[in-house]
Amino acid sequence: MTNTSPDRAPAVSVNHPVPAYADAVVGTEVLSRDVEITRFDLVRYAGASGDFNVIHWNERIAKSVGLPDVIAHGMLTMAQAGRVLTDWLGDPGALKEFGVRFTRPVVVPDDDRGAVVHVAATVAEKLDDSAVRLDVVATCEGQGVLGRASATVVLA
Amino acid sequence: MALNVEFVGRTYPASSPYLVGREKIREFATAIGDANPVSHDLEAARALGYRDVVAPPTFAFVLTHTAMGQAMFDPDLGLDYARVVHGEQRFAYDRPIVAGEELTVQAVIEGIRAVAGNDMLTLRAEVIDAAGERVVTAHSVIVARGTAQEE
Repeated sequence: MTNTSPDRAPAVSVNHPVPAYADAVVGTEVLSRDVEITRFDLVRYAGASGDFNVIHWNERIAKSVGLPDVIAHGMLTMAQAGRVLTDWLGDPGALKEFGVRFTRPVVVPDDDRGAVVHVAATVAEKLDDSAVRLDVVATCEGQGVLGRASATVVLA
Repeated sequence: MALNVEFVGRTYPASSPYLVGREKIREFATAIGDANPVSHDLEAARALGYRDVVAPPTFAFVLTHTAMGQAMFDPDLGLDYARVVHGEQRFAYDRPIVAGEELTVQAVIEGIRAVAGNDMLTLRAEVIDAAGERVVTAHSVIVARGTAQEE
């Protein structure tokens, strides 16, 4: 498939190796990544997910209901954070729980750059059965867009 | 218009089976920027012990969103879709979804409450495989902005 996304600047990408459970240390950041969301991505996600809510592609209606502009699907932001996690884990089966609050909309301007969402994860708690809980932070222009975001993952 | 609180506890029957397509998983993975080979390449998926390509973790929402739509688009509930934003989402996974399987979804409205002038609708949707085993449970909070009745 031809990638028709606009050219993008290299994104921040820090991936520490997935630690063994015994080596996981509470408070340690395990990954930090930038993901970019353009209007193109909103249209493509609408089609792939079947979520055609007009506030994600129609500026006129988005503004008529009090939004500053078209906003990203919350699920696209969550999906991006989730795939950053499973990319890091390698096996999606290692993800046991993943939950977020959508605290602030990601406003996607009508330009080629779109919005940049920074995703980071830190070991928050060691659980039983080789599982750890990660605190996940997602920010856009310095402001949190996901709240109380956490993931439970199983380590080797 | 405020939401109809009589809908709390309402369970919607299992959806008709959803056949998970390999190309659909690839399309969804591409749409969210997920380049993990396990979602695109059959051999990579099999090397990890899966029958077929593996859906990204939030793919479950494609199924649960449709089932939740039965509730959300029920005219008697009174939800104005243009005012809807997604408040919270949580998934508890029993295992990943893989291509080729047939899944059904059962949705239940767990709660309706008014917070700061907004109506909050809480839904739970369980994704069940052909053997009757649960694959993933999705918990969703849907917010209708500015629709709650004044206290």
